[in-house]
Amino acid sequence: MSLRSNVLDLRKRKREVQKGGGDKAIEKQAKMGKLTARERILALLDKNSFHEYDLFVEHSAKDFGMDSKVLHGDGVIIGTGTIYTKPVCIFAQDFTVAGGSLGLMHARKITKIMDHALKMRVPLIGINDSGGARIQEGVNSLAGYGEIFFRNTLASGVIPQISVILGPCAGGAVYSPALTDFVFMVENISKMFITGPSVIKSVLGEEISMEELGGARVHAELTGNAHFFATSELECFEQIKKLISYIPRNNGTRAMPFPPKPPKKGKKIEDLVPGDPRIPYDMRDIIKTITDSSEFFEVMENFAPNIIIGFGRMDGETIGFVANQPMVLAGVLDTDSSDKAARFIRYCDAFNIPIVTLEDLPGYLPGVDQEHAGVIRHGAKILYAYSEATVPKVTVILRKAYGGGYIAMNSRHLRADFVFAWPTAEIAVMGPEGAANIVFRKEISEAENPEEVRQQKIQEYKEKFANPYVAAAQGYIDEVIEPRDTRGRILHALKVSENKSVSMPNKKHGIPPF
Amino acid sequence: MTEEKDFKTLVVQGAVYKTTYTWKFENRVVWEAPNPNHIYSFIPGTIIDIFIKPRQKVKEGETLLLLEAMKMQNQVRMPFDGEIVKIHVKKDEIIPKKFLMLEIKPVRIK
Repeated sequence: MSLRSNVLDLRKRKREVQKGGGDKAIEKQAKMGKLTARERILALLDKNSFHEYDLFVEHSAKDFGMDSKVLHGDGVIIGTGTIYTKPVCIFAQDFTVAGGSLGLMHARKITKIMDHALKMRVPLIGINDSGGARIQEGVNSLAGYGEIFFRNTLASGVIPQISVILGPCAGGAVYSPALTDFVFMVENISKMFITGPSVIKSVLGEEISMEELGGARVHAELTGNAHFFATSELECFEQIKKLISYIPRNNGTRAMPFPPKPPKKGKKIEDLVPGDPRIPYDMRDIIKTITDSSEFFEVMENFAPNIIIGFGRMDGETIGFVANQPMVLAGVLDTDSSDKAARFIRYCDAFNIPIVTLEDLPGYLPGVDQEHAGVIRHGAKILYAYSEATVPKVTVILRKAYGGGYIAMNSRHLRADFVFAWPTAEIAVMGPEGAANIVFRKEISEAENPEEVRQQKIQEYKEKFANPYVAAAQGYIDEVIEPRDTRGRILHALKVSENKSVSMPNKKHGIPPF
Repeated sequence: MTEEKDFKTLVVQGAVYKTTYTWKFENRVVWEAPNPNHIYSFIPGTIIDIFIKPRQKVKEGETLLLLEAMKMQNQVRMPFDGEIVKIHVKKDEIIPKKFLMLEIKPVRIK
């Protein structure tokens, strides 16, 4: 036998296995509007960059007729490739092979590529499309999940971990994505839940569709499990590539710099923000006057939109933005927005991304539902995350900075490196209306015309305290700046923070209010 | 400046802010003080047995009905000595969570 015939034999074997579940199953996958696992990998990675491993892995299960079943690749594809020429490790569950069910060898392939990613310090991308545990393999499939979760946790904060939900991801399987940094979901294709609609109906009598229970929109808007929402798989892949362009490969390096570009010329920053602190505006417009090319890549756009998080570049370097959004719920902090911001701050801190905070908020959202939902422990997360972060931290106070909200939004007291305030900034324990009611309660109630006196006192308080100069007199803010100088001041602050070095008390780890 | 679209208002510490609401905020559960004389279901499920009748006097701790949920038969018990005022459920009825099952009132029982 010549070498050539061996090569031909190899090719034949490869072709056979690469078909996954076969033509019928592939056709079925297409009918559901889904690409195959292999198509997905090829669409996401740079052209001709994908190299597959463990193609010939086979399961060794014997029970329930498994001994006669051939499952190509055991239902998952693993390998390495590049995105924008930078290496990534990837796995994609193949729904055409036994519904992408997870058995022992399937899990071993995934953990193998996870181990590679961690060892080589490159990002890990996991494409989930699986019916769940392979029941026939019993406890071995549970063991497989556990091994994956453990590695997700070990790799957390070391390499970026990205989960892409492109099909069902149910039961225990949901916890791998939940442990990763970013979860991408696609409308009508992605489904995530612990307990499916049929069980919920039989046990609890509640009827709900899969999409309503755990579709992409639900997780992007209500639960906060998804960070990115797309209407097609291809749009989703574009989002992943964009994200990859903003983040560093691992926690030992910085994000790849881009050529510096000025913001696009548009409306002047001072024309975008109304002087009356009770009138809203879209904070994203302000961010875009600050970032290179006016580009802003928002994360969790539809969940707790009263706070904005996302990435932009300044002078070519990746910056994480955290900003109150006056346009939604007046930009208050509440359980969800605290949770959203805190996690993002910790992400930026873990991956050496400087944080710019834009502040304009009246405080925390009042309400019994908020108090009972634990706004205390959720709100504490944002304090914890800012205090703990040692990356460069710059704050700009645009208008309101009242009470607990002022402290929480990266104040000097939580060790912001630079705090700037616009002349419109109002840094005070509370807004003039509330403060006047308390401080001048007696004068107001005893007055002949209480409303007139109230307005007079509000005005008095406003002039005295609703400005940046009281805080500036204490050195709590470093500089009162003109709005149009905002980008320049932030850039300079970041430049001088480049070699920032602080030491924190030695500890195994803190105990954040999870 | 922002065009005057349908802004809602939110009051935070005396100040009235113009803004928009989220779906979650609009659909938040408005709190009501609990009425000790109302017994609600704490979980959705099926009423599989009812042991009491209206105007029956029941001692604290006695089982009033069985609510099956998550394959568990939950005994709903009398929280204090009292009388059954009204029964809002029937046997085999499937009810959601926070469904008013019984109205009771405290009565001294010798």
